Amino acid sequence: MDRRALVSRDGASAPTAVAPLVGFAVAALGAVGFVVAYVVDAAPAAYGAALLCAFGGLGFGLVTWAHRLMPAGGRVEPREHMAVATAEEDRALATIRGQTEPLPRRRLLWGAFLAATGATGAALLVPLGSLGPAPHDALRRTAWGRLPHPRVVDENGRSVRPGDLAVGEVLTVFPAGDPGSANAQTVLIRLPDGVEVQSPGRQEWVVDGLVAYSKLCTHAGCPVGLYVVEEQQLFCPCHQSAFAVLAGAVATLGPASRALPQLPLGLDRDGYLISLGDFPASVGPGWWTRP
Amino acid sequence: MIERLARWFDQRLRAVSALRAGATKVFPEHWSFMVGEIALYSFVVLVLTGTYLALFFDAGMERQPYTGSYVPLRGVEVSAAYRSALDLSFDVRAGRFVRQVHHWAALVFVAAIVVHLLRVFFTGAFRRPRELNWIVGVTLLLLAILTGFAGYSLLDDLLSGVGLRIGFSILESIPIVGEWLAFGVFGGPFPGDVILGRLFIAHVFVLPLLILGLLTVHLLVIFRQKHTQFPGELRTEDNVVGDALWPTYAAKSVGLLFIVAAVLAALGGFAQINPIWLYGPYEPATVTSGAQPDWYMGWLEGALRLMPPVEVVAFGYEIPSLFFPAVLLPGVTFAGLYLYPFVEQWVSGASRREHHLLDRPRDHLVRTSLGVAVFTFYAVLLVAGANDIIADVLDVPIGVVVGVLRVALFVLPVAAAAVAVVVCRQLRRSDVHAGHKEAVRQAADTH
Repeated sequence: MDRRALVSRDGASAPTAVAPLVGFAVAALGAVGFVVAYVVDAAPAAYGAALLCAFGGLGFGLVTWAHRLMPAGGRVEPREHMAVATAEEDRALATIRGQTEPLPRRRLLWGAFLAATGATGAALLVPLGSLGPAPHDALRRTAWGRLPHPRVVDENGRSVRPGDLAVGEVLTVFPAGDPGSANAQTVLIRLPDGVEVQSPGRQEWVVDGLVAYSKLCTHAGCPVGLYVVEEQQLFCPCHQSAFAVLAGAVATLGPASRALPQLPLGLDRDGYLISLGDFPASVGPGWWTRP
Repeated sequence: MIERLARWFDQRLRAVSALRAGATKVFPEHWSFMVGEIALYSFVVLVLTGTYLALFFDAGMERQPYTGSYVPLRGVEVSAAYRSALDLSFDVRAGRFVRQVHHWAALVFVAAIVVHLLRVFFTGAFRRPRELNWIVGVTLLLLAILTGFAGYSLLDDLLSGVGLRIGFSILESIPIVGEWLAFGVFGGPFPGDVILGRLFIAHVFVLPLLILGLLTVHLLVIFRQKHTQFPGELRTEDNVVGDALWPTYAAKSVGLLFIVAAVLAALGGFAQINPIWLYGPYEPATVTSGAQPDWYMGWLEGALRLMPPVEVVAFGYEIPSLFFPAVLLPGVTFAGLYLYPFVEQWVSGASRREHHLLDRPRDHLVRTSLGVAVFTFYAVLLVAGANDIIADVLDVPIGVVVGVLRVALFVLPVAAAAVAVVVCRQLRRSDVHAGHKEAVRQAADTH
């Protein structure tokens, strides 16, 4: 780009239109380049380069044109102060007053008008109720409790046997009939041999060294997607809450305040994992009337 | 030619006198006055690129196996939204470029609004008679953030899906109405099958229309009240000194429009952004680590991560800990922004006169140090939004990073304010040496 045209602004030489002309020439080339990029189905970089030239050239051209050849600064315009009452203002208000005051005062009428307007406005909001169903107990229950003793299945709907998981392995599981369910998602963990889960009254919910917790973080509802074997912790990658697998998945670190609810596991006669019921507590984050 | 056109209109609308007033209007010149224009022109780019994208995008949530030209995802069940976003990225000619320009423009749009807000704050440009436009501007920031969130949540990729899940949880956390609100917005329990369609209408119609309307008001008010200016030669409270709108200012400003477009085109062309094909489609039970939202949501993300696990339970009702960083903090933030001009007026007890000359930040120690402290607070939150990456890079346990950041959240703002005071004093002293009588007089005024 022609730098001299810019520099000579100091008045060393007569103003010339070289810089803006160069800018507009580059812009025209960029426009051609953009069409070519489209015709040959180019990568994004080609479009970017073409438009950088087109728009950049236009911008450079206009700005140098303004700097070189247009009057610069020094224009003074008076400013009106508004923080004073003007005669015009007084006249306008007086006119309105003059058209209002002959009327008899109708407080009741005004009150009724405003109340009726308010009531109509409020009534028009009622159809917003159609936006969503009443919550009922949708947040309190999951699909694990819909049918008695559902089988534990993987994301593809295949039933799971205890032998399917090696030590240290985890599997995301769902109740049969609802694979992929957002709020019934559960993480199934194979504990190391000889390790016990320290949660009183729930030892029998562990089957063959397998323990299952809700996979919905009790903080903001993200999937608690990471299992750190060495620390026996479940870890939420969204906001870094950690839950102790061997201690009933109580929250040990980060913003989560509640344990992940534990799923009561059992075995059916064919040796497949089942759940003995729904989670004993609501899954996921809390709300006003959480039981 | 132009004159004939002007006469044609004037003989139907009597509009030429307005044209004359506009053409002779004077705009003061300072580099910091361009930041708001950058926001305006980013919005122009957003509307143009967004309209093109909307011609191809489908916000449907019904799932079908993907059959497009991105081979690694062929056969995977994806929603119509994700499929159409992939098509825009691989099968619509120029689609990926336009998508990337649109995304970059959104980042620059919000950034320019924030920098513009800082300029207005630190120079006291919000004072009477401009409280009105401050309120409009803060609303525009709020709308810009909401539009951005709605926009990147549309694509139904893994990152945005997890973001929506968090959004559902945040709505749920609001006392009394939360459960109903979340079910209303999502049309039932998460994820449901209507949320993307609703976000689409919000993103391409409701929110942009509000932005366009308020942007118009914002500009009309500037036009009516005339722009502020820094004190200096000839410049007083009773005038405006600078370029005339026609032709100098118009040429420079339209030039800036093209330069903004050029930079955004270059970013969109050369810097890949939001490669949703690498994230994969959203599945409720899948999540990735090292996931960050767009930068303007980062302060909220950081607040969520730093909030200690306190859960208020009283009389059988619960306020989840999520409520405090995700609802209360933004509520307080925007309430503070809206009220600041009135609070400053009230607390300082300054006269209620009009202000058209800008303060230099160094001359207003209280406001400047307060602004620096508050800005630092949000900057720490923004950094905290990437605490997992910091822990990873520094190889420090995440608990330590969180602990340090929790302390920094309250210590750094105080320290930064102290530094600001020292720097302001130093700058004022150098003014005295340089013989800026005006600055000396103002310094005397503030004490």
